[in-house]
Amino acid sequence: MYDIKAIYEAESVEDAVELRLAHPEAQIIAGGSDVLVQIREGRRAGKELISIYGIDAMRGVSIDEEDNLRIGSLTSFSHITNNPLVKKICPVLGEAVDQIGSPQIRNIGTIGGNTCNGVTSADSASTLHAWEAIIELTGKNGIRRLPIKDFYIKAGTVDIRAEEGEIQTAVLIPKESYENTFGHYIKYGLRNAMEIATLGCSVNVRLSPDKRVIERCRIAYGVAGPVPMRAPSAEAVANGQAPTMALAEAFSLAVLEDINPRDSWRAAKAFRQHIAVEMAKRALIESVKRAGGEIA
Amino acid sequence: MSVQYKVVHCNINGRAVERTVDVRASLTDMLRNDYSLTAVKKGCEVGECGACTVLIDGETFNSCIYLAIWAEGKHIVTLEGLISPEGELSDIQQAFIEETAIQCGFCTPGFLLTAKEILDADRMFTDDELRKMLSGHLCRCTGYENIFRAVKKTMYRRQGKEIDF
Repeated sequence: MYDIKAIYEAESVEDAVELRLAHPEAQIIAGGSDVLVQIREGRRAGKELISIYGIDAMRGVSIDEEDNLRIGSLTSFSHITNNPLVKKICPVLGEAVDQIGSPQIRNIGTIGGNTCNGVTSADSASTLHAWEAIIELTGKNGIRRLPIKDFYIKAGTVDIRAEEGEIQTAVLIPKESYENTFGHYIKYGLRNAMEIATLGCSVNVRLSPDKRVIERCRIAYGVAGPVPMRAPSAEAVANGQAPTMALAEAFSLAVLEDINPRDSWRAAKAFRQHIAVEMAKRALIESVKRAGGEIA
Repeated sequence: MSVQYKVVHCNINGRAVERTVDVRASLTDMLRNDYSLTAVKKGCEVGECGACTVLIDGETFNSCIYLAIWAEGKHIVTLEGLISPEGELSDIQQAFIEETAIQCGFCTPGFLLTAKEILDADRMFTDDELRKMLSGHLCRCTGYENIFRAVKKTMYRRQGKEIDF
Protein backbone atom coordinates (compact mmCIF):
# COMPACT_ATOMS: atom_id res chain seq x y z
CA MET A 1 0.00 0.00 0.00
CA TYR A 2 1.33 3.41 -0.95
CA ASP A 3 1.29 6.34 1.45
CA ILE A 4 -1.01 8.58 -0.58
CA LYS A 5 -3.39 11.13 0.91
CA ALA A 6 -5.88 11.10 -1.96
CA ILE A 7 -5.98 10.38 -5.68
CA TYR A 8 -7.95 12.38 -8.22
CA GLU A 9 -8.30 10.65 -11.56
CA ALA A 10 -8.51 12.80 -14.67
CA GLU A 11 -10.37 11.32 -17.62
CA SER A 12 -9.67 14.13 -20.08
CA VAL A 13 -7.25 17.02 -20.46
CA GLU A 14 -10.00 19.48 -19.40
CA ASP A 15 -10.61 17.32 -16.36
CA ALA A 16 -6.91 17.40 -15.48
CA VAL A 17 -6.76 21.19 -15.79
CA GLU A 18 -9.78 21.56 -13.49
CA LEU A 19 -8.34 19.15 -10.95
CA ARG A 20 -5.05 21.01 -11.04
CA LEU A 21 -6.78 24.32 -10.31
CA ALA A 22 -8.82 22.71 -7.51
CA HIS A 23 -5.78 20.96 -5.96
CA PRO A 24 -2.72 23.10 -6.74
CA GLU A 25 -0.56 21.24 -4.21
CA ALA A 26 -1.25 17.82 -5.72
CA GLN A 27 1.49 15.91 -7.55
CA ILE A 28 0.75 14.88 -11.14
CA ILE A 29 1.33 11.19 -11.77
CA ALA A 30 1.64 9.83 -15.31
CA GLY A 31 3.22 6.36 -15.52
CA GLY A 32 4.47 6.63 -11.96
CA SER A 33 7.86 4.95 -12.40
CA ASP A 34 9.42 7.95 -10.64
CA VAL A 35 6.56 9.28 -8.52
CA LEU A 36 5.58 5.93 -6.98
CA VAL A 37 9.21 5.09 -6.22
CA GLN A 38 9.62 8.49 -4.55
CA ILE A 39 6.49 7.84 -2.49
CA ARG A 40 7.97 4.50 -1.44
CA GLU A 41 11.20 6.26 -0.46
CA GLY A 42 9.18 8.72 1.61
CA ARG A 43 10.18 11.73 -0.46
CA ARG A 44 6.69 12.31 -1.81
CA ALA A 45 4.77 10.34 0.83
CA GLY A 46 1.42 11.45 2.19
CA LYS A 47 0.60 13.78 -0.69
CA GLU A 48 -2.38 14.17 -2.96
CA LEU A 49 -2.01 12.85 -6.50
CA ILE A 50 -3.70 13.76 -9.75
CA SER A 51 -3.51 10.71 -12.00
CA ILE A 52 -3.48 11.56 -15.70
CA TYR A 53 -2.54 8.00 -16.71
CA GLY A 54 -6.08 7.27 -17.94
CA ILE A 55 -6.20 10.08 -20.52
CA ASP A 56 -5.88 8.04 -23.72
CA ALA A 57 -6.18 11.19 -25.86
CA MET A 58 -2.65 12.06 -24.70
CA ARG A 59 -1.20 8.88 -26.22
CA GLY A 60 0.10 8.32 -29.71
CA VAL A 61 2.30 9.81 -32.41
CA SER A 62 1.11 11.82 -35.42
CA ILE A 63 2.05 14.56 -37.85
CA ASP A 64 0.05 17.66 -36.99
CA GLU A 65 -1.28 20.31 -39.42
CA GLU A 66 1.98 22.27 -39.11
CA ASP A 67 4.00 19.18 -40.07
CA ASN A 68 5.41 18.78 -36.56
CA LEU A 69 6.05 15.26 -35.35
CA ARG A 70 3.62 15.27 -32.44
CA ILE A 71 4.13 12.84 -29.56
CA GLY A 72 1.39 12.76 -26.93
CA SER A 73 2.93 13.22 -23.51
CA LEU A 74 1.61 9.90 -22.19
CA THR A 75 3.11 7.86 -25.03
CA SER A 76 5.26 5.16 -23.46
CA PHE A 77 8.93 4.78 -24.40
CA SER A 78 8.33 1.40 -26.02
CA HIS A 79 5.50 2.80 -28.14
CA ILE A 80 7.78 5.65 -29.26
CA THR A 81 10.54 3.20 -30.21
CA ASN A 82 8.16 0.99 -32.17
CA ASN A 83 6.22 3.80 -33.84
CA PRO A 84 6.56 3.85 -37.66
CA LEU A 85 6.56 7.68 -37.84
CA VAL A 86 9.32 7.96 -35.24
CA LYS A 87 11.33 5.26 -37.04
CA LYS A 88 11.02 7.17 -40.27
CA ILE A 89 11.38 10.77 -39.12
CA CYS A 90 13.43 10.73 -35.92
CA PRO A 91 14.69 7.20 -35.26
CA VAL A 92 17.35 8.48 -32.88
CA LEU A 93 14.64 9.46 -30.39
CA GLY A 94 13.28 5.91 -30.45
CA GLU A 95 16.79 4.57 -29.95
CA ALA A 96 17.46 6.95 -27.06
CA VAL A 97 14.33 6.04 -25.11
CA ASP A 98 15.01 2.36 -25.80
CA GLN A 99 17.99 2.67 -23.44
CA ILE A 100 15.91 3.71 -20.43
CA GLY A 101 15.58 1.29 -17.50
CA SER A 102 14.21 -2.11 -18.47
CA PRO A 103 11.53 -3.34 -20.91
CA GLN A 104 8.91 -3.11 -18.15
CA ILE A 105 9.94 0.46 -17.31
CA ARG A 106 9.80 1.38 -21.01
CA ASN A 107 6.21 0.11 -21.11
CA ILE A 108 5.09 2.33 -18.21
CA GLY A 109 7.41 5.34 -18.50
CA THR A 110 6.20 8.28 -20.59
CA ILE A 111 8.00 10.97 -22.52
CA GLY A 112 5.99 13.58 -20.62
CA GLY A 113 7.18 12.23 -17.29
CA ASN A 114 10.76 11.98 -18.54
CA THR A 115 10.79 15.70 -19.39
CA CYS A 116 8.56 17.07 -16.59
CA ASN A 117 10.90 15.52 -14.04
CA GLY A 118 13.46 18.09 -15.07
CA VAL A 119 16.36 15.73 -14.52
CA THR A 120 19.49 16.12 -16.59
CA SER A 121 20.04 12.37 -17.00
CA ALA A 122 16.73 11.69 -18.79
CA ASP A 123 17.59 9.69 -21.90
CA SER A 124 15.07 11.57 -24.05
CA ALA A 125 16.25 15.01 -22.96
CA SER A 126 19.49 15.41 -24.90
CA THR A 127 17.90 14.24 -28.15
CA LEU A 128 14.89 16.52 -27.62
CA HIS A 129 17.30 19.43 -27.06
CA ALA A 130 19.36 18.53 -30.10
CA TRP A 131 16.19 18.44 -32.21
CA GLU A 132 14.86 21.71 -30.71
CA ALA A 133 11.66 20.09 -29.54
CA ILE A 134 8.69 22.22 -28.55
CA ILE A 135 6.83 21.49 -25.33
CA GLU A 136 3.06 21.88 -25.47
CA LEU A 137 1.33 22.77 -22.21
CA THR A 138 -2.42 22.99 -21.77
CA GLY A 139 -3.96 25.10 -19.01
CA LYS A 140 -7.01 27.21 -18.20
CA ASN A 141 -5.96 29.79 -20.82
CA GLY A 142 -5.49 27.21 -23.54
CA ILE A 143 -2.29 25.98 -25.11
CA ARG A 144 1.16 27.41 -24.43
CA ARG A 145 4.17 26.25 -26.42
CA LEU A 146 7.76 26.80 -25.54
CA PRO A 147 11.15 25.60 -26.77
CA ILE A 148 12.49 22.76 -24.66
CA LYS A 149 15.52 24.80 -23.59
CA ASP A 150 13.19 27.31 -21.94
CA PHE A 151 11.09 24.53 -20.41
CA TYR A 152 13.98 23.43 -18.21
CA ILE A 153 14.55 26.07 -15.52
CA LYS A 154 16.94 24.32 -13.16
CA ALA A 155 17.63 20.80 -11.92
CA GLY A 156 14.27 19.25 -11.08
CA THR A 157 12.28 22.35 -12.04
CA VAL A 158 10.47 22.93 -15.31
CA ASP A 159 8.20 25.72 -16.49
CA ILE A 160 4.76 24.32 -15.76
CA ARG A 161 2.39 26.76 -14.11
CA ALA A 162 0.25 24.93 -11.59
CA GLU A 163 -1.65 28.14 -10.83
CA GLU A 164 -2.82 28.15 -14.44
CA GLY A 165 -3.79 24.50 -14.24
CA GLU A 166 -1.15 23.49 -16.74
CA ILE A 167 -0.18 19.97 -17.68
CA GLN A 168 2.18 18.94 -20.45
CA THR A 169 0.12 17.48 -23.31
CA ALA A 170 2.61 16.89 -26.14
CA VAL A 171 6.20 17.03 -27.29
CA LEU A 172 6.64 18.35 -30.83
CA ILE A 173 9.59 17.97 -33.19
CA PRO A 174 9.35 20.73 -35.81
CA LYS A 175 9.81 19.96 -39.50
CA GLU A 176 12.69 22.46 -39.55
CA SER A 177 14.47 20.13 -37.12
CA TYR A 178 13.78 16.77 -38.74
CA GLU A 179 13.84 17.54 -42.46
CA ASN A 180 16.86 15.84 -44.09
CA THR A 181 18.33 15.45 -40.63
CA PHE A 182 20.02 12.37 -39.22
CA GLY A 183 21.24 11.81 -35.72
CA HIS A 184 22.82 9.46 -33.25
CA TYR A 185 22.59 9.11 -29.47
CA ILE A 186 25.21 7.59 -27.21
CA LYS A 187 24.56 6.75 -23.59
CA TYR A 188 27.47 6.03 -21.32
CA GLY A 189 26.56 3.89 -18.34
CA LEU A 190 28.26 1.22 -16.29
CA ARG A 191 25.82 -1.46 -17.46
CA ASN A 192 23.32 -1.71 -20.29
CA ALA A 193 20.03 -2.27 -18.44
CA MET A 194 18.55 -0.47 -15.43
CA GLU A 195 21.17 2.24 -15.53
CA ILE A 196 21.07 6.01 -15.28
CA ALA A 197 23.35 7.73 -17.78
CA THR A 198 26.76 8.86 -16.57
CA LEU A 199 26.61 11.04 -19.67
CA GLY A 200 24.33 11.15 -22.70
CA CYS A 201 25.21 12.77 -26.01
CA SER A 202 22.92 13.35 -28.99
CA VAL A 203 24.18 14.73 -32.30
CA ASN A 204 22.37 15.39 -35.56
CA VAL A 205 23.45 16.76 -38.90
CA ARG A 206 21.97 18.02 -42.14
CA LEU A 207 24.33 17.62 -45.08
CA SER A 208 24.36 19.58 -48.32
CA PRO A 209 22.71 17.81 -51.30
CA ASP A 210 26.11 16.58 -52.51
CA LYS A 211 26.89 15.35 -48.95
CA ARG A 212 30.18 17.24 -48.89
CA VAL A 213 29.29 19.93 -46.36
CA ILE A 214 27.66 19.83 -42.94
CA GLU A 215 24.99 22.49 -43.39
CA ARG A 216 23.79 22.26 -39.85
CA CYS A 217 25.03 20.38 -36.82
CA ARG A 218 23.38 20.21 -33.44
CA ILE A 219 24.68 18.56 -30.29
CA ALA A 220 23.19 18.26 -26.83
CA TYR A 221 24.16 16.51 -23.61
CA GLY A 222 22.49 15.07 -20.57
CA VAL A 223 24.43 15.08 -17.26
CA ALA A 224 26.93 17.64 -18.60
CA GLY A 225 25.36 20.26 -16.34
CA PRO A 226 22.38 20.68 -13.99
CA VAL A 227 19.97 20.57 -16.93
CA PRO A 228 20.30 19.09 -20.42
CA MET A 229 22.27 21.48 -22.64
CA ARG A 230 23.43 22.24 -26.15
CA ALA A 231 27.09 22.80 -27.02
CA PRO A 232 26.95 25.89 -29.29
CA SER A 233 30.74 26.31 -29.59
CA ALA A 234 31.06 22.82 -31.02
CA GLU A 235 28.13 23.41 -33.39
CA ALA A 236 29.83 26.60 -34.66
CA VAL A 237 32.98 24.63 -35.41
CA ALA A 238 31.09 22.06 -37.52
CA ASN A 239 28.56 24.26 -39.33
CA GLY A 240 29.43 24.83 -42.96
CA GLN A 241 32.46 22.55 -42.87
CA ALA A 242 33.37 19.40 -44.76
CA PRO A 243 32.96 16.23 -42.69
CA THR A 244 36.54 15.13 -42.03
CA MET A 245 38.28 13.38 -39.15
CA ALA A 246 40.11 16.62 -38.40
CA LEU A 247 36.79 18.41 -38.14
CA ALA A 248 35.38 15.68 -35.87
CA GLU A 249 38.40 16.16 -33.58
CA ALA A 250 38.07 19.95 -33.49
CA PHE A 251 34.30 19.69 -33.00
CA SER A 252 34.60 17.26 -30.12
CA LEU A 253 37.25 19.30 -28.29
CA ALA A 254 35.10 22.43 -28.61
CA VAL A 255 32.40 20.89 -26.42
CA LEU A 256 34.65 21.52 -23.42
CA GLU A 257 33.97 25.24 -23.80
CA ASP A 258 30.26 24.63 -23.26
CA ILE A 259 29.73 21.79 -20.85
CA ASN A 260 29.97 21.93 -17.09
CA PRO A 261 29.70 18.44 -15.62
CA ARG A 262 30.12 17.86 -11.90
CA ASP A 263 31.84 15.39 -9.67
CA SER A 264 29.40 12.85 -8.31
CA TRP A 265 29.56 9.32 -6.95
CA ARG A 266 28.75 8.11 -10.46
CA ALA A 267 31.76 9.71 -12.11
CA ALA A 268 34.34 12.45 -11.68
CA LYS A 269 34.06 15.71 -13.59
CA ALA A 270 37.33 15.02 -15.41
CA PHE A 271 36.08 11.62 -16.53
CA ARG A 272 32.82 13.09 -17.78
CA GLN A 273 34.74 15.73 -19.72
CA HIS A 274 36.93 13.03 -21.21
CA ILE A 275 34.05 10.85 -22.39
CA ALA A 276 32.07 13.92 -23.54
CA VAL A 277 34.76 14.59 -26.15
CA GLU A 278 34.90 10.99 -27.33
CA MET A 279 31.11 10.65 -27.45
CA ALA A 280 30.77 13.88 -29.46
CA LYS A 281 33.27 12.62 -32.00
CA ARG A 282 31.70 9.19 -32.37
CA ALA A 283 28.16 10.56 -32.51
CA LEU A 284 29.12 13.10 -35.18
CA ILE A 285 30.81 10.45 -37.32
CA GLU A 286 27.81 8.13 -37.02
CA SER A 287 25.38 10.97 -37.79
CA VAL A 288 27.29 11.88 -40.95
CA LYS A 289 27.23 8.23 -42.04
CA ARG A 290 23.52 7.99 -41.41
CA ALA A 291 23.01 11.13 -43.48
CA GLY A 292 24.72 9.36 -46.38
CA GLY A 293 28.01 11.23 -46.06
CA GLU A 294 31.56 10.02 -45.72
CA ILE A 295 34.17 11.09 -43.22
CA ALA A 296 37.24 12.02 -45.22
CA MET B 1 -8.27 11.05 6.70
CA SER B 2 -10.88 8.75 5.24
CA VAL B 3 -9.83 5.80 3.16
CA GLN B 4 -10.72 6.14 -0.49
CA TYR B 5 -12.02 3.14 -2.43
CA LYS B 6 -12.80 2.43 -6.05
CA VAL B 7 -14.48 -0.45 -7.84
CA VAL B 8 -12.06 -1.89 -10.40
CA HIS B 9 -13.35 -4.08 -13.24
CA CYS B 10 -10.83 -6.05 -15.22
CA ASN B 11 -10.09 -9.38 -16.82
CA ILE B 12 -7.60 -11.54 -14.97
CA ASN B 13 -6.31 -14.72 -16.60
CA GLY B 14 -9.33 -14.80 -18.92
CA ARG B 15 -11.97 -14.18 -16.29
CA ALA B 16 -13.95 -10.94 -15.97
CA VAL B 17 -13.77 -9.80 -12.35
CA GLU B 18 -14.49 -6.79 -10.18
CA ARG B 19 -13.45 -5.83 -6.69
CA THR B 20 -13.53 -2.74 -4.51
CA VAL B 21 -9.95 -1.71 -3.87
CA ASP B 22 -8.19 0.82 -1.70
CA VAL B 23 -6.91 3.49 -4.12
CA ARG B 24 -3.48 3.34 -2.42
CA ALA B 25 -3.00 -0.30 -3.46
CA SER B 26 -0.48 -1.33 -6.07
CA LEU B 27 -1.51 -3.88 -8.67
CA THR B 28 0.73 -6.36 -6.82
CA ASP B 29 -1.29 -5.74 -3.64
CA MET B 30 -4.57 -6.26 -5.47
CA LEU B 31 -3.52 -9.43 -7.28
CA ARG B 32 -2.02 -11.03 -4.17
CA ASN B 33 -4.46 -9.90 -1.49
CA ASP B 34 -7.77 -9.72 -3.33
CA TYR B 35 -7.28 -12.50 -5.88
CA SER B 36 -4.76 -14.76 -4.06
CA LEU B 37 -2.51 -14.75 -7.14
CA THR B 38 0.65 -15.26 -5.11
CA ALA B 39 2.85 -16.05 -8.11
CA VAL B 40 3.10 -12.27 -8.35
CA LYS B 41 6.11 -11.76 -6.09
CA LYS B 42 7.01 -8.79 -3.96
CA GLY B 43 10.69 -8.25 -4.55
CA CYS B 44 12.17 -4.77 -4.53
CA GLU B 45 8.80 -2.99 -4.83
CA VAL B 46 10.45 -0.12 -6.70
CA GLY B 47 10.41 -1.48 -10.25
CA GLU B 48 13.95 -2.77 -10.42
CA CYS B 49 13.88 -6.56 -9.96
CA GLY B 50 10.98 -7.67 -12.17
CA ALA B 51 9.68 -10.32 -9.71
CA CYS B 52 6.19 -8.76 -9.79
CA THR B 53 5.97 -8.67 -13.61
CA VAL B 54 2.53 -9.27 -15.14
CA LEU B 55 1.15 -8.81 -18.63
CA ILE B 56 -1.30 -5.95 -19.06
CA ASP B 57 -2.96 -5.92 -22.49
CA GLY B 58 -0.08 -8.08 -23.74
CA GLU B 59 2.79 -5.91 -22.47
CA THR B 60 4.99 -6.55 -19.43
CA PHE B 61 4.66 -4.23 -16.45
CA ASN B 62 6.13 -4.18 -12.97
CA SER B 63 2.89 -4.52 -11.02
CA CYS B 64 4.55 -3.06 -7.90
CA ILE B 65 4.74 0.40 -9.48
CA TYR B 66 1.34 0.23 -11.15
CA LEU B 67 -1.67 1.50 -9.25
CA ALA B 68 -4.47 -1.07 -8.85
CA ILE B 69 -7.01 1.55 -9.98
CA TRP B 70 -5.28 1.75 -13.37
CA ALA B 71 -6.27 -1.88 -14.01
CA GLU B 72 -9.80 -0.75 -14.83
CA GLY B 73 -10.81 -2.34 -18.16
CA LYS B 74 -7.45 -4.04 -18.63
CA HIS B 75 -6.60 -7.66 -19.50
CA ILE B 76 -4.10 -8.98 -16.99
CA VAL B 77 -2.18 -12.25 -17.14
CA THR B 78 -0.23 -13.68 -14.21
CA LEU B 79 1.75 -16.91 -14.06
CA GLU B 80 -1.41 -18.71 -12.93
CA GLY B 81 -2.83 -17.89 -16.37
CA LEU B 82 -0.12 -19.80 -18.22
CA ILE B 83 -1.35 -23.20 -17.08
CA SER B 84 -3.99 -24.83 -19.28
CA PRO B 85 -7.50 -25.42 -17.85
CA GLU B 86 -6.53 -29.09 -17.48
CA GLY B 87 -3.57 -28.10 -15.34
CA GLU B 88 -0.88 -28.77 -17.92
CA LEU B 89 2.22 -26.63 -18.01
CA SER B 90 2.80 -24.37 -20.98
CA ASP B 91 5.75 -25.01 -23.29
CA ILE B 92 7.84 -22.26 -21.72
CA GLN B 93 7.28 -23.59 -18.20
CA GLN B 94 8.26 -27.07 -19.41
CA ALA B 95 11.41 -25.63 -20.98
CA PHE B 96 12.35 -23.93 -17.70
CA ILE B 97 12.21 -27.38 -16.03
CA GLU B 98 14.19 -29.06 -18.81
CA GLU B 99 16.92 -26.43 -18.74
CA THR B 100 17.00 -26.21 -14.92
CA ALA B 101 16.18 -22.53 -15.27
CA ILE B 102 14.84 -22.50 -11.71
CA GLN B 103 16.92 -22.36 -8.58
CA CYS B 104 15.16 -20.62 -5.68
CA GLY B 105 12.27 -19.81 -7.99
CA PHE B 106 11.57 -16.28 -6.81
CA CYS B 107 12.29 -14.60 -10.14
CA THR B 108 10.66 -17.38 -12.16
CA PRO B 109 7.06 -16.09 -12.39
CA GLY B 110 8.24 -12.72 -13.66
CA PHE B 111 10.71 -14.20 -16.12
CA LEU B 112 7.99 -16.52 -17.48
CA LEU B 113 5.67 -13.61 -18.26
CA THR B 114 8.38 -11.67 -20.05
CA ALA B 115 9.16 -14.90 -21.90
CA LYS B 116 5.50 -15.18 -22.86
CA GLU B 117 5.55 -11.66 -24.31
CA ILE B 118 8.70 -12.50 -26.27
CA LEU B 119 7.30 -15.79 -27.58
CA ASP B 120 3.90 -14.33 -28.42
CA ALA B 121 5.66 -11.94 -30.83
CA ASP B 122 5.93 -15.12 -32.95
CA ARG B 123 9.29 -14.36 -34.55
CA MET B 124 12.97 -15.12 -34.13
CA PHE B 125 15.15 -12.81 -32.09
CA THR B 126 18.94 -12.73 -31.97
CA ASP B 127 20.73 -13.65 -28.75
CA ASP B 128 21.46 -9.97 -28.10
CA GLU B 129 17.83 -9.04 -28.61
CA LEU B 130 16.70 -11.81 -26.26
CA ARG B 131 19.16 -10.71 -23.58
CA LYS B 132 17.95 -7.14 -23.85
CA MET B 133 14.32 -8.24 -23.66
CA LEU B 134 15.05 -10.32 -20.56
CA SER B 135 17.09 -7.59 -18.88
CA GLY B 136 14.27 -6.33 -16.67
CA HIS B 137 14.64 -9.25 -14.26
CA LEU B 138 17.13 -9.97 -11.54
CA CYS B 139 17.83 -13.59 -10.61
CA ARG B 140 19.34 -13.61 -7.13
CA CYS B 141 20.75 -17.08 -7.78
CA THR B 142 22.38 -15.65 -10.94
CA GLY B 143 21.02 -18.52 -13.04
CA TYR B 144 20.67 -16.35 -16.11
CA GLU B 145 22.26 -18.65 -18.65
CA ASN B 146 19.74 -21.47 -18.15
CA ILE B 147 16.84 -19.03 -18.23
CA PHE B 148 18.17 -17.63 -21.49
CA ARG B 149 18.49 -21.16 -22.91
CA ALA B 150 14.93 -22.07 -21.91
CA VAL B 151 13.50 -19.00 -23.65
CA LYS B 152 15.65 -19.46 -26.74
CA LYS B 153 14.80 -23.15 -26.97
CA THR B 154 11.06 -22.46 -26.79
CA MET B 155 11.36 -19.72 -29.41
CA TYR B 156 13.06 -22.20 -31.76
CA ARG B 157 10.47 -24.91 -31.06
CA ARG B 158 7.58 -22.57 -31.76
CA GLN B 159 9.17 -21.55 -35.05
CA GLY B 160 9.62 -25.24 -35.93
CA LYS B 161 13.41 -24.93 -35.95
CA GLU B 162 16.15 -27.16 -34.58
CA ILE B 163 18.31 -25.62 -31.90
CA ASP B 164 21.99 -26.25 -31.40
CA PHE B 165 23.30 -24.40 -28.37
